[in-house]
Amino acid sequence: MIDLAHVQKTFGSNTVLRDVSLTIPKGTSMVIIGGSGTGKSVLLKCILGLVTPDAGVISLDGQDVTTADRDAFLARFGMLFQGAALFDSLPVWQNVAFRLLRGSLQRPRAEAREIAIEKLRRVGLKPDVADRLPAELSGGMQKRVGLARAIAAEPEIIFFDEPTTGLDPIMAGVINDLIREIVTEMGATAMTITHDMSSVRAIADNVAMLHDGVIQWTGPVAQMDHSGDPYVDQFISGRATGPIEAVR
Amino acid sequence: MSALAPIGAIGRGTLAAMSSVGRVTLFALSALAHMIRPPFYPRELAVALLNIGWLSLPVVGLTAIFTGAALALQIYSGGARFNAEAVVPQIVAIGMVRELGPVLVGLMIAARVTSSIAAEIATMKVTEQIDALVTLSTHPMKYLVAPRVLAALLVVPLLVGIGDIIGIFGGYAVATGSLGFNAAAYLKNTVDFLEPLDVISSLVKGCAFGGIAALMGCYFGMQSGRGAQGVGRATKGSVEAAAVLILAANFLLTGAFFSL
Repeated sequence: MIDLAHVQKTFGSNTVLRDVSLTIPKGTSMVIIGGSGTGKSVLLKCILGLVTPDAGVISLDGQDVTTADRDAFLARFGMLFQGAALFDSLPVWQNVAFRLLRGSLQRPRAEAREIAIEKLRRVGLKPDVADRLPAELSGGMQKRVGLARAIAAEPEIIFFDEPTTGLDPIMAGVINDLIREIVTEMGATAMTITHDMSSVRAIADNVAMLHDGVIQWTGPVAQMDHSGDPYVDQFISGRATGPIEAVR
Repeated sequence: MSALAPIGAIGRGTLAAMSSVGRVTLFALSALAHMIRPPFYPRELAVALLNIGWLSLPVVGLTAIFTGAALALQIYSGGARFNAEAVVPQIVAIGMVRELGPVLVGLMIAARVTSSIAAEIATMKVTEQIDALVTLSTHPMKYLVAPRVLAALLVVPLLVGIGDIIGIFGGYAVATGSLGFNAAAYLKNTVDFLEPLDVISSLVKGCAFGGIAALMGCYFGMQSGRGAQGVGRATKGSVEAAAVLILAANFLLTGAFFSL
Protein backbone atom coordinates (compact mmCIF):
# COMPACT_ATOMS: atom_id res chain seq x y z
CA MET A 1 0.00 0.00 0.00
CA ILE A 2 1.24 3.48 -0.88
CA ASP A 3 0.21 6.19 1.53
CA LEU A 4 0.74 9.91 1.05
CA ALA A 5 0.05 12.22 4.00
CA HIS A 6 0.04 16.01 3.66
CA VAL A 7 2.70 16.10 0.94
CA GLN A 8 3.83 19.58 -0.07
CA LYS A 9 6.19 20.77 -2.78
CA THR A 10 7.13 24.27 -3.91
CA PHE A 11 9.47 25.30 -6.72
CA GLY A 12 10.61 28.88 -6.12
CA SER A 13 7.41 30.88 -5.69
CA ASN A 14 5.27 28.20 -7.39
CA THR A 15 3.50 25.90 -4.94
CA VAL A 16 2.73 22.76 -6.93
CA LEU A 17 1.55 20.43 -4.17
CA ARG A 18 -0.18 22.21 -1.28
CA ASP A 19 -1.47 19.32 0.79
CA VAL A 20 -1.79 15.98 -0.94
CA SER A 21 -3.09 13.01 1.00
CA LEU A 22 -3.91 9.80 -0.85
CA THR A 23 -3.93 6.05 -0.27
CA ILE A 24 -3.36 3.49 -3.01
CA PRO A 25 -4.35 0.00 -1.75
CA LYS A 26 -2.12 -2.94 -2.69
CA GLY A 27 -3.00 -4.62 -5.99
CA THR A 28 -5.23 -1.81 -7.23
CA SER A 29 -4.86 0.55 -10.15
CA MET A 30 -5.06 4.22 -9.22
CA VAL A 31 -5.26 6.85 -11.93
CA ILE A 32 -4.46 10.47 -11.08
CA ILE A 33 -6.20 12.92 -13.37
CA GLY A 34 -5.82 16.66 -13.64
CA GLY A 35 -4.93 19.39 -16.09
CA SER A 36 -1.48 20.09 -17.46
CA GLY A 37 0.82 21.68 -14.90
CA THR A 38 -1.19 20.62 -11.86
CA GLY A 39 1.69 18.62 -10.38
CA LYS A 40 0.77 15.05 -11.34
CA SER A 41 4.29 14.21 -12.51
CA VAL A 42 5.80 15.95 -9.48
CA LEU A 43 3.62 13.82 -7.21
CA LEU A 44 4.79 10.65 -8.92
CA LYS A 45 8.43 11.76 -8.77
CA CYS A 46 8.05 12.53 -5.06
CA ILE A 47 7.00 8.92 -4.43
CA LEU A 48 9.98 7.62 -6.39
CA GLY A 49 12.40 9.97 -4.62
CA LEU A 50 13.31 11.80 -7.84
CA VAL A 51 11.93 14.98 -6.23
CA THR A 52 12.15 15.59 -2.48
CA PRO A 53 8.90 16.87 -0.91
CA ASP A 54 9.15 19.95 1.32
CA ALA A 55 6.78 18.42 3.88
CA GLY A 56 4.57 15.39 4.44
CA VAL A 57 5.17 11.66 4.65
CA ILE A 58 5.16 9.09 1.86
CA SER A 59 5.13 5.50 3.04
CA LEU A 60 5.20 2.16 1.30
CA ASP A 61 3.68 -0.72 3.26
CA GLY A 62 3.92 1.42 6.39
CA GLN A 63 7.59 2.35 5.97
CA ASP A 64 8.62 5.94 5.29
CA VAL A 65 10.23 5.87 1.83
CA THR A 66 12.90 8.39 2.88
CA THR A 67 14.26 5.97 5.48
CA ALA A 68 13.97 2.82 3.35
CA ASP A 69 16.98 1.17 1.70
CA ARG A 70 17.06 2.98 -1.65
CA ASP A 71 18.06 0.03 -3.87
CA ALA A 72 15.59 -2.36 -2.25
CA PHE A 73 12.88 0.29 -2.52
CA LEU A 74 13.48 1.00 -6.21
CA ALA A 75 13.77 -2.73 -7.01
CA ARG A 76 10.05 -2.98 -6.21
CA PHE A 77 9.16 -0.38 -8.85
CA GLY A 78 8.80 -0.30 -12.60
CA MET A 79 8.05 2.87 -14.49
CA LEU A 80 6.87 3.78 -17.97
CA PHE A 81 7.93 7.35 -18.75
CA GLN A 82 5.91 9.79 -20.85
CA GLY A 83 8.43 9.77 -23.72
CA ALA A 84 9.46 6.16 -22.94
CA ALA A 85 12.93 7.49 -21.88
CA LEU A 86 14.75 4.66 -23.65
CA PHE A 87 18.54 4.81 -23.63
CA ASP A 88 19.54 5.86 -27.15
CA SER A 89 22.93 4.18 -27.07
CA LEU A 90 21.64 0.72 -26.14
CA PRO A 91 19.75 -1.74 -28.37
CA VAL A 92 16.15 -2.46 -27.45
CA TRP A 93 16.83 -5.73 -25.62
CA GLN A 94 19.46 -4.10 -23.39
CA ASN A 95 16.99 -1.33 -22.60
CA VAL A 96 14.38 -3.90 -21.56
CA ALA A 97 16.88 -5.99 -19.60
CA PHE A 98 18.73 -2.99 -18.13
CA ARG A 99 17.97 -3.90 -14.54
CA LEU A 100 18.75 -7.58 -15.22
CA LEU A 101 22.23 -6.82 -16.57
CA ARG A 102 23.53 -5.03 -13.48
CA GLY A 103 22.95 -4.54 -9.77
CA SER A 104 21.23 -6.82 -7.31
CA LEU A 105 18.92 -8.37 -9.93
CA GLN A 106 21.77 -9.22 -12.34
CA ARG A 107 21.33 -12.37 -14.46
CA PRO A 108 23.61 -14.05 -17.01
CA ARG A 109 23.58 -12.06 -20.27
CA ALA A 110 21.91 -14.81 -22.32
CA GLU A 111 19.17 -15.27 -19.72
CA ALA A 112 18.59 -11.51 -19.52
CA ARG A 113 18.23 -11.40 -23.30
CA GLU A 114 15.72 -14.27 -23.24
CA ILE A 115 13.66 -12.47 -20.60
CA ALA A 116 13.82 -9.24 -22.62
CA ILE A 117 12.57 -11.00 -25.76
CA GLU A 118 9.80 -12.67 -23.75
CA LYS A 119 8.71 -9.27 -22.36
CA LEU A 120 8.85 -7.76 -25.85
CA ARG A 121 6.53 -10.55 -27.03
CA ARG A 122 4.25 -9.81 -24.08
CA VAL A 123 3.81 -6.23 -25.28
CA GLY A 124 3.22 -7.33 -28.86
CA LEU A 125 6.66 -6.78 -30.38
CA LYS A 126 8.49 -9.36 -32.48
CA PRO A 127 11.92 -10.67 -31.40
CA ASP A 128 13.61 -8.99 -34.38
CA VAL A 129 13.00 -5.65 -32.67
CA ALA A 130 15.40 -6.70 -29.91
CA ASP A 131 18.59 -5.74 -31.73
CA ARG A 132 17.34 -2.44 -33.13
CA LEU A 133 18.13 0.94 -31.58
CA PRO A 134 15.29 2.96 -29.99
CA ALA A 135 15.65 5.72 -32.62
CA GLU A 136 14.68 3.18 -35.31
CA LEU A 137 11.27 2.57 -33.69
CA SER A 138 7.97 4.45 -34.01
CA GLY A 139 6.51 6.29 -31.00
CA GLY A 140 4.05 3.48 -30.31
CA MET A 141 6.78 0.84 -30.47
CA GLN A 142 8.96 2.91 -28.13
CA LYS A 143 6.09 3.07 -25.64
CA ARG A 144 5.76 -0.71 -25.82
CA VAL A 145 9.50 -1.14 -25.26
CA GLY A 146 9.20 1.23 -22.29
CA LEU A 147 6.36 -0.91 -20.97
CA ALA A 148 8.43 -4.08 -21.46
CA ARG A 149 11.29 -2.45 -19.52
CA ALA A 150 8.89 -1.44 -16.73
CA ILE A 151 7.73 -5.03 -16.24
CA ALA A 152 11.03 -6.83 -16.98
CA ALA A 153 11.97 -7.38 -13.34
CA GLU A 154 8.40 -8.34 -12.32
CA PRO A 155 7.91 -5.29 -10.06
CA GLU A 156 5.25 -5.13 -7.35
CA ILE A 157 4.41 -1.52 -8.21
CA ILE A 158 4.26 0.05 -11.67
CA PHE A 159 3.98 3.76 -12.46
CA PHE A 160 2.75 5.01 -15.80
CA ASP A 161 3.39 8.66 -16.69
CA GLU A 162 1.04 9.81 -19.46
CA PRO A 163 1.18 6.40 -21.19
CA THR A 164 -0.82 7.42 -24.27
CA THR A 165 0.51 10.92 -24.90
CA GLY A 166 1.50 11.42 -28.54
CA LEU A 167 -0.13 8.20 -29.78
CA ASP A 168 -2.98 7.83 -32.25
CA PRO A 169 -6.31 6.65 -30.73
CA ILE A 170 -5.87 3.05 -31.89
CA MET A 171 -2.32 2.74 -30.53
CA ALA A 172 -3.48 4.50 -27.34
CA GLY A 173 -6.18 1.86 -26.99
CA VAL A 174 -3.63 -0.91 -27.52
CA ILE A 175 -1.35 0.53 -24.81
CA ASN A 176 -4.31 1.01 -22.42
CA ASP A 177 -5.40 -2.61 -22.90
CA LEU A 178 -1.84 -3.86 -22.43
CA ILE A 179 -1.46 -1.92 -19.20
CA ARG A 180 -4.75 -3.25 -17.86
CA GLU A 181 -3.89 -6.85 -18.80
CA ILE A 182 -0.38 -6.70 -17.40
CA VAL A 183 -1.39 -5.06 -14.13
CA THR A 184 -4.15 -7.64 -13.66
CA GLU A 185 -2.03 -10.70 -14.50
CA MET A 186 0.93 -9.51 -12.39
CA GLY A 187 -1.28 -8.48 -9.47
CA ALA A 188 0.74 -5.29 -9.30
CA THR A 189 -0.16 -2.02 -7.66
CA ALA A 190 -0.37 0.59 -10.42
CA MET A 191 -0.38 4.35 -10.42
CA THR A 192 -1.04 6.16 -13.67
CA ILE A 193 -1.10 9.85 -14.33
CA THR A 194 -2.98 11.04 -17.36
CA HIS A 195 -5.48 13.53 -18.70
CA ASP A 196 -6.71 11.06 -21.33
CA MET A 197 -10.18 9.97 -20.21
CA SER A 198 -10.16 6.83 -22.37
CA SER A 199 -7.04 5.74 -20.45
CA VAL A 200 -8.79 6.45 -17.16
CA ARG A 201 -11.77 4.24 -18.05
CA ALA A 202 -9.56 1.45 -19.40
CA ILE A 203 -6.94 1.34 -16.64
CA ALA A 204 -8.43 2.60 -13.37
CA ASP A 205 -9.90 0.83 -10.39
CA ASN A 206 -9.84 4.12 -8.52
CA VAL A 207 -9.46 7.69 -9.65
CA ALA A 208 -8.09 10.76 -7.89
CA MET A 209 -8.32 14.26 -9.25
CA LEU A 210 -5.43 16.60 -8.49
CA HIS A 211 -6.17 20.29 -8.80
CA ASP A 212 -4.72 23.39 -7.18
CA GLY A 213 -2.23 21.34 -5.21
CA VAL A 214 -4.75 19.09 -3.44
CA ILE A 215 -6.73 15.94 -4.20
CA GLN A 216 -10.13 17.42 -5.10
CA TRP A 217 -11.92 14.08 -5.31
CA THR A 218 -11.09 10.39 -5.12
CA GLY A 219 -13.22 7.31 -5.55
CA PRO A 220 -13.89 4.21 -7.66
CA VAL A 221 -13.88 4.74 -11.41
CA ALA A 222 -17.52 3.58 -11.57
CA GLN A 223 -18.53 6.59 -9.45
CA MET A 224 -16.51 9.10 -11.45
CA ASP A 225 -19.35 10.08 -13.78
CA HIS A 226 -21.65 10.72 -10.80
CA SER A 227 -19.12 12.17 -8.39
CA GLY A 228 -21.08 15.37 -7.85
CA ASP A 229 -17.76 17.19 -7.76
CA PRO A 230 -17.79 20.25 -10.05
CA TYR A 231 -14.05 19.96 -10.78
CA VAL A 232 -14.35 16.31 -11.84
CA ASP A 233 -17.51 16.99 -13.85
CA GLN A 234 -15.85 19.82 -15.76
CA PHE A 235 -12.69 17.81 -16.36
CA ILE A 236 -14.32 14.62 -17.64
CA SER A 237 -16.78 16.51 -19.82
CA GLY A 238 -14.04 18.75 -21.18
CA ARG A 239 -16.01 21.98 -20.65
CA ALA A 240 -14.20 25.32 -20.87
CA THR A 241 -16.53 26.81 -18.23
CA GLY A 242 -16.56 25.77 -14.61
CA PRO A 243 -14.47 26.05 -11.47
CA ILE A 244 -11.26 25.12 -13.34
CA GLU A 245 -9.87 28.13 -15.18
CA ALA A 246 -9.46 27.38 -18.89
CA VAL A 247 -6.43 29.68 -19.11
CA ARG A 248 -3.73 28.64 -16.68
CA MET B 1 18.94 54.10 -8.04
CA SER B 2 20.85 53.80 -4.76
CA ALA B 3 24.51 54.76 -4.69
CA LEU B 4 25.23 51.35 -3.22
CA ALA B 5 23.61 49.51 -6.13
CA PRO B 6 26.89 48.86 -8.00
CA ILE B 7 28.43 47.42 -4.84
CA GLY B 8 25.37 45.23 -4.40
CA ALA B 9 25.71 44.01 -7.99
CA ILE B 10 29.39 43.20 -7.44
CA GLY B 11 28.49 41.35 -4.25
CA ARG B 12 25.78 39.33 -6.00
CA GLY B 13 28.14 38.50 -8.85
CA THR B 14 30.85 37.41 -6.41
CA LEU B 15 28.43 35.26 -4.44
CA ALA B 16 27.12 33.66 -7.66
CA ALA B 17 30.67 32.94 -8.82
CA MET B 18 31.66 31.44 -5.45
CA SER B 19 28.48 29.39 -5.43
CA SER B 20 29.33 28.01 -8.88
CA VAL B 21 32.86 27.16 -7.73
CA GLY B 22 31.39 25.37 -4.72
CA ARG B 23 28.92 23.39 -6.83
CA VAL B 24 31.60 22.34 -9.33
CA THR B 25 33.94 21.34 -6.48
CA LEU B 26 31.25 19.24 -4.80
CA PHE B 27 30.42 17.67 -8.16
CA ALA B 28 34.09 16.83 -8.75
CA LEU B 29 34.44 15.30 -5.28
CA SER B 30 31.29 13.28 -5.82
CA ALA B 31 32.61 12.05 -9.19
CA LEU B 32 35.89 11.00 -7.55
CA ALA B 33 34.04 9.22 -4.75
CA HIS B 34 31.91 7.30 -7.25
CA MET B 35 35.04 6.40 -9.24
CA ILE B 36 36.54 4.47 -6.35
CA ARG B 37 33.38 2.93 -4.85
CA PRO B 38 31.61 -0.06 -6.47
CA PRO B 39 29.60 -0.88 -8.46
CA PHE B 40 31.79 -0.18 -11.48
CA TYR B 41 30.64 -0.15 -15.07
CA PRO B 42 33.50 -1.51 -17.20
CA ARG B 43 31.48 -1.42 -20.43
CA GLU B 44 30.77 2.29 -19.96
CA LEU B 45 34.45 2.88 -19.21
CA ALA B 46 35.48 1.00 -22.36
CA VAL B 47 33.06 3.04 -24.49
CA ALA B 48 34.36 6.27 -22.94
CA LEU B 49 37.99 5.22 -23.54
CA LEU B 50 37.13 4.55 -27.17
CA ASN B 51 35.25 7.84 -27.64
CA ILE B 52 37.66 10.10 -25.78
CA GLY B 53 40.88 8.36 -26.75
CA TRP B 54 40.84 6.40 -29.97
CA LEU B 55 38.30 8.53 -31.82
CA SER B 56 40.13 11.75 -30.86
CA LEU B 57 43.39 10.58 -32.43
CA PRO B 58 42.75 12.02 -35.92
CA VAL B 59 41.96 15.54 -34.70
CA VAL B 60 44.81 15.45 -32.17
CA GLY B 61 47.28 14.15 -34.78
CA LEU B 62 46.33 16.72 -37.42
CA THR B 63 46.40 19.60 -34.91
CA ALA B 64 49.82 18.54 -33.63
CA ILE B 65 51.47 17.96 -37.01
CA PHE B 66 50.40 21.32 -38.45
CA THR B 67 51.37 23.13 -35.23
CA GLY B 68 54.80 21.48 -35.13
CA ALA B 69 55.38 22.29 -38.79
CA ALA B 70 54.31 25.93 -38.40
CA LEU B 71 56.41 26.23 -35.25
CA ALA B 72 59.52 25.07 -37.15
CA LEU B 73 58.90 27.67 -39.87
CA GLN B 74 58.36 30.45 -37.30
CA ILE B 75 61.47 29.61 -35.28
CA TYR B 76 63.59 29.35 -38.41
CA SER B 77 62.44 32.70 -39.77
CA GLY B 78 62.50 34.43 -36.36
CA GLY B 79 65.87 32.90 -35.46
CA ALA B 80 67.35 34.16 -38.74
CA ARG B 81 67.12 37.71 -37.35
CA PHE B 82 69.90 36.94 -34.88
CA ASN B 83 71.62 34.01 -36.65
CA ALA B 84 69.93 31.37 -34.47
CA GLU B 85 68.28 29.22 -37.15
CA ALA B 86 70.01 26.14 -35.75
CA VAL B 87 67.84 26.06 -32.60
CA VAL B 88 64.77 24.86 -34.51
CA PRO B 89 64.92 21.23 -33.19
CA GLN B 90 65.35 22.29 -29.58
CA ILE B 91 62.65 24.96 -29.59
CA VAL B 92 60.16 22.79 -31.47
CA ALA B 93 60.75 20.01 -28.95
CA ILE B 94 60.45 22.18 -25.88
CA GLY B 95 57.57 24.20 -27.30
CA MET B 96 55.57 21.14 -28.25
CA VAL B 97 56.25 19.04 -25.17
CA ARG B 98 56.05 21.69 -22.48
CA GLU B 99 53.32 23.91 -23.86
CA LEU B 100 51.68 23.51 -27.22
CA GLY B 101 51.16 19.75 -27.12
CA PRO B 102 49.20 19.64 -23.84
CA VAL B 103 47.35 22.93 -24.38
CA LEU B 104 46.27 22.21 -27.95
CA VAL B 105 45.27 18.62 -27.16
CA GLY B 106 43.38 19.92 -24.11
CA LEU B 107 41.53 22.50 -26.19
CA MET B 108 40.79 19.95 -28.93
CA ILE B 109 39.41 17.59 -26.29
CA ALA B 110 37.33 20.45 -24.88
CA ALA B 111 35.93 21.13 -28.35
CA ARG B 112 35.34 17.53 -29.30
CA VAL B 113 34.70 15.61 -26.08
CA THR B 114 33.37 18.19 -23.61
CA SER B 115 30.72 19.36 -26.06
CA SER B 116 29.75 15.80 -26.91
CA ILE B 117 29.47 14.71 -23.26
CA ALA B 118 27.49 17.82 -22.29
CA ALA B 119 25.07 17.48 -25.21
CA GLU B 120 24.57 13.75 -24.62
CA ILE B 121 23.95 14.02 -20.87
CA ALA B 122 21.79 17.16 -21.27
CA THR B 123 19.65 15.38 -23.86
CA MET B 124 19.35 12.41 -21.51
CA LYS B 125 18.18 14.77 -18.80
CA VAL B 126 15.65 16.52 -21.03
CA THR B 127 14.21 13.21 -22.24
CA GLU B 128 13.99 11.81 -18.66
CA GLN B 129 16.63 9.15 -19.32
CA ILE B 130 18.48 10.27 -16.17
CA ASP B 131 15.28 9.80 -14.13
CA ALA B 132 14.86 6.42 -15.82
CA LEU B 133 18.36 5.43 -14.70
CA VAL B 134 17.45 6.25 -11.10
CA THR B 135 14.23 4.23 -11.24
CA LEU B 136 16.31 1.32 -12.60
CA SER B 137 18.45 1.47 -9.43
CA THR B 138 21.45 2.95 -11.26
CA HIS B 139 23.19 6.04 -9.92
CA PRO B 140 23.73 8.57 -12.75
CA MET B 141 27.02 9.76 -11.21
CA LYS B 142 28.33 6.20 -11.23
CA TYR B 143 26.98 5.20 -14.63
CA LEU B 144 27.43 8.42 -16.62
CA VAL B 145 29.98 10.64 -14.89
CA ALA B 146 32.57 8.40 -13.22
CA PRO B 147 33.44 6.33 -16.35
CA ARG B 148 33.81 9.42 -18.54
CA VAL B 149 35.99 11.33 -16.07
CA LEU B 150 38.13 8.26 -15.34
CA ALA B 151 38.56 7.57 -19.05
CA ALA B 152 39.65 11.16 -19.69
CA LEU B 153 42.12 11.06 -16.78
CA LEU B 154 43.64 7.88 -18.22
CA VAL B 155 43.62 8.55 -21.93
CA VAL B 156 44.24 12.28 -22.42
CA PRO B 157 47.85 12.04 -21.13
CA LEU B 158 48.40 9.36 -23.78
CA LEU B 159 46.88 11.64 -26.40
CA VAL B 160 49.17 14.44 -25.24
CA GLY B 161 52.19 12.13 -25.51
CA ILE B 162 51.17 11.12 -29.01
CA GLY B 163 50.47 14.77 -29.90
CA ASP B 164 53.93 15.76 -28.66
CA ILE B 165 55.59 13.11 -30.84
CA ILE B 166 53.52 13.97 -33.91
CA GLY B 167 54.15 17.70 -33.38
CA ILE B 168 57.89 17.12 -33.17
CA PHE B 169 57.63 15.00 -36.31
CA GLY B 170 55.81 17.90 -38.05
CA GLY B 171 58.73 20.20 -37.22
CA TYR B 172 61.18 17.50 -38.31
CA ALA B 173 59.42 17.03 -41.65
CA VAL B 174 59.50 20.75 -42.47
CA ALA B 175 63.03 21.27 -41.16
CA THR B 176 64.55 18.34 -43.05
CA GLY B 177 62.29 18.66 -46.09
CA SER B 178 62.51 22.36 -46.86
CA LEU B 179 64.83 24.11 -44.40
CA GLY B 180 67.93 22.00 -45.11
CA PHE B 181 68.40 20.36 -41.68
CA ASN B 182 70.19 17.01 -41.42
CA ALA B 183 67.72 14.34 -40.31
CA ALA B 184 69.99 12.51 -37.88
CA ALA B 185 71.29 15.72 -36.31
CA TYR B 186 67.75 17.03 -35.92
CA LEU B 187 66.63 13.92 -34.04
CA LYS B 188 69.79 13.88 -31.88
CA ASN B 189 69.34 17.53 -30.92
CA THR B 190 65.69 16.92 -30.07
CA VAL B 191 66.39 13.92 -27.85
CA ASP B 192 69.44 15.48 -26.19
CA PHE B 193 67.65 18.70 -25.36
CA LEU B 194 64.50 17.26 -23.78
CA GLU B 195 64.61 16.51 -20.04
CA PRO B 196 62.46 14.02 -18.12
CA LEU B 197 60.69 16.90 -16.35
CA ASP B 198 59.53 18.26 -19.73
CA VAL B 199 57.82 14.98 -20.54
CA ILE B 200 56.44 14.51 -17.02
CA SER B 201 54.95 18.02 -17.00
CA SER B 202 53.37 17.35 -20.38
CA LEU B 203 51.69 14.15 -19.20
CA VAL B 204 50.56 15.67 -15.89
CA LYS B 205 49.03 18.57 -17.79
CA GLY B 206 47.29 16.07 -20.06
CA CYS B 207 45.81 14.30 -17.04
CA ALA B 208 44.61 17.58 -15.51
CA PHE B 209 43.18 18.90 -18.79
CA GLY B 210 41.43 15.61 -19.50
CA GLY B 211 39.84 15.65 -16.06
CA ILE B 212 38.70 19.25 -16.51
CA ALA B 213 37.28 18.58 -19.98
CA ALA B 214 35.26 15.53 -18.95
CA LEU B 215 34.14 17.04 -15.66
CA MET B 216 32.83 20.22 -17.29
CA GLY B 217 30.94 18.20 -19.91
CA CYS B 218 29.32 16.07 -17.24
CA TYR B 219 28.60 18.97 -14.88
CA PHE B 220 26.94 21.20 -17.46
CA GLY B 221 25.05 18.23 -18.90
CA MET B 222 23.65 17.25 -15.51
CA GLN B 223 22.73 20.89 -14.71
CA SER B 224 21.04 21.42 -18.09
CA GLY B 225 17.77 23.31 -18.35
CA ARG B 226 14.74 22.16 -20.29
CA GLY B 227 14.34 21.79 -24.02
CA ALA B 228 16.67 22.32 -26.97
CA GLN B 229 17.72 25.70 -25.58
CA GLY B 230 18.79 24.05 -22.34
CA VAL B 231 20.89 21.51 -24.23
CA GLY B 232 22.44 24.28 -26.33
CA ARG B 233 23.28 26.39 -23.28
CA ALA B 234 24.77 23.41 -21.46
CA THR B 235 26.96 22.54 -24.45
CA LYS B 236 28.16 26.11 -24.99
CA GLY B 237 28.79 26.68 -21.28
CA SER B 238 30.70 23.44 -20.90
CA VAL B 239 33.12 24.23 -23.74
CA GLU B 240 33.67 27.81 -22.53
CA ALA B 241 34.30 26.69 -18.96
CA ALA B 242 36.56 23.81 -20.01
CA ALA B 243 38.66 26.00 -22.33
CA VAL B 244 39.14 28.75 -19.75
CA LEU B 245 39.89 26.31 -16.94
CA ILE B 246 42.38 24.41 -19.12
CA LEU B 247 44.28 27.61 -19.91
CA ALA B 248 44.20 28.69 -16.25
CA ALA B 249 45.34 25.26 -15.10
CA ASN B 250 48.10 25.36 -17.72
CA PHE B 251 49.41 28.61 -16.25
CA LEU B 252 49.34 27.21 -12.71
CA LEU B 253 50.97 23.92 -13.68
CA THR B 254 53.65 25.64 -15.75
CA GLY B 255 54.41 27.83 -12.75
CA ALA B 256 54.50 24.83 -10.45
CA PHE B 257 56.84 22.85 -12.71
CA PHE B 258 59.20 25.49 -14.08
CA SER B 259 59.13 28.70 -12.10
CA LEU B 260 61.42 27.41 -9.33
